[in-house]
Amino acid sequence: MDIKPSFTSPTSGRSIPVTPSPVGSTLIDIDHVDFFYGASQALHDINLKIEEKKVTAFIGPSGCGKSTLLRCLNRMNDLIDGTRVANGQIKIRGIDIYDPSVDVIELRKRVGMVFQKSNPFPKSIYENITYGLRLQGRSNKSDLDAVVEKSLRGAALWDEVKDRLHSSGLGLSGGQQQRLCIARAIAVEPEVILMDEPCSALDPIATVKVEELIQELRTKFTIVIVTHNMQQAARCSDKTAFFYMGKLIEFADTRAIFMNPANAQTEAYVSGRFG
Amino acid sequence: MSPSTRHEFQSRPSAARRWESAALWLFRTATYVILICGALVFGNIVFKGSKTVFTTTAPFINVPFFTEAPESLYVFDYQGQKREMGDREFRAFKATHPEAKDIKAESYVYSAGGIFPCIVGTVLLVLGSMIIALTLGVSAAVYLSEYAKQGRAVTLIRLAILNLAGVPSIVFGLFGLGLFVIYLDWNVSLLAGWFTLAFMVLPVVITASEESLKAVPKGFREGSLALGATKWQTIRKNVLPYALPGILTSSILGIARVAGETAPIMFTAAYVVRDKLPWEGLTSVSDFFFQGVMALPYHIYVVSSKIPQNEYTERVQYGTAFVFLVIVALIATCSIVLRNKLRNRYKW
Repeated sequence: MDIKPSFTSPTSGRSIPVTPSPVGSTLIDIDHVDFFYGASQALHDINLKIEEKKVTAFIGPSGCGKSTLLRCLNRMNDLIDGTRVANGQIKIRGIDIYDPSVDVIELRKRVGMVFQKSNPFPKSIYENITYGLRLQGRSNKSDLDAVVEKSLRGAALWDEVKDRLHSSGLGLSGGQQQRLCIARAIAVEPEVILMDEPCSALDPIATVKVEELIQELRTKFTIVIVTHNMQQAARCSDKTAFFYMGKLIEFADTRAIFMNPANAQTEAYVSGRFG
Repeated sequence: MSPSTRHEFQSRPSAARRWESAALWLFRTATYVILICGALVFGNIVFKGSKTVFTTTAPFINVPFFTEAPESLYVFDYQGQKREMGDREFRAFKATHPEAKDIKAESYVYSAGGIFPCIVGTVLLVLGSMIIALTLGVSAAVYLSEYAKQGRAVTLIRLAILNLAGVPSIVFGLFGLGLFVIYLDWNVSLLAGWFTLAFMVLPVVITASEESLKAVPKGFREGSLALGATKWQTIRKNVLPYALPGILTSSILGIARVAGETAPIMFTAAYVVRDKLPWEGLTSVSDFFFQGVMALPYHIYVVSSKIPQNEYTERVQYGTAFVFLVIVALIATCSIVLRNKLRNRYKW
């Protein structure tokens, strides 16, 4: 059986080996979460269950808290002084990721992230992909070569860059850079990939390619995508959560959200009347 | 239209036009005055110094000036001819010419020989203080801008560092004398000089390092952390390498400036004269660090104000100043070349 390492700190003794669970079972359980930036509350009582190997989209107008929630899932908000999860828990496979025993490094290895602004490092394409692996101490050349090819193929970028793996990642086009960032994220074999408006800086053709890529990745990874673009959410997600003013207004199957929203605000937003 | 007819856009004198030309005249004059002053200083040193540094015969460079230690100059009449000789040459001359044994010669201290020990001392001081300043300064900058929680305490520390830059060099010299030379009992030594110079250049290094670290995009840090890197791994692999060109350039320039200071080393590291080179006569490794050295700026100070002036001292004064200028210019050039090299390696 393939046992993946757990993300709890090795010293805590709470380390639970994680076994793959069936598609559709709850992977991330966001349970009554309140979140604060200093004194201002950004998230109010969020309840959400993200399912294994599905694409979950977070939509909503700017400032509604969707990115904040996304960045709670791999604790990237820890980088900002004065932020805190005041109430509630975020559990991944039953483990509260804000528990003091959790090693945030292990968590981030398991929960990868792709950012709004593509951020390839000013290194070669090869070094970009192997960055995360080298952090884990993997330095075997043939091992790294294999992961580079696998990750680039996984990100549908291999054919475009296979002849220039050692040239700078910054020499790629915007869409290629974003796919390089996705390749870099999947190289460390996370379970979850968080995508924070991955297409907002891309042209329509590059956007289509990333969306196609998401469709391929869904078979292997659990994907949470924040998007401004409702069509994008409609096209590529299984479940959609609509946020407004820091509250989760509605969470349901994507088809239901767009065809038959239960909430009047959701309907107003998805039909383009505000936002 | 003939030129004499008045037209709509006829130019006529006005207060605004007079102020315009007055302002232009003032700015232009100021620029030229600065230019002339600079040219005079450099021209004077280069012109008079080159008489010492260059010779009219091959190899056209006064090699002994670069390779020998300072000596006294002896001037005397010998068989109706005026002769000038350095100390060692004069003694050899007396040995081979017994009739000149009791010759009356005028001696001029430090006016013969070269400045090799001073060059060596200055290079050692610069290298050592650079290593100490970069280690301490970059570490402090990484802590202040990457680790420390931004708040009143950090602002206060930054303010203190900036104030340190305004402290007169003689005060650093006295600080070094009090702390390193006397309290820590290092005596007048390379080590005391290194730390005194390093402390003096620290504000430049810390400020430059913080600026360079801030210029590295946030996305590189986030991208690295999101891949499961620790903070230190992120800084070491994905922040510092990109900040390094900026850090090195400003720091080396700062050190080039500090290398020219006399006050910080006059109590802490510099000897007026020392007949041994720093690697001669060492009984243990620690001896190397606890010896004083001769240094170019201090040598200029000594030959310009501490010895009787005469027509022969000018040679060594200007020669030393010229060599010193060239060395500082070389250090500055190195830093610019290094920056250009490193900057081309990482671009974003």
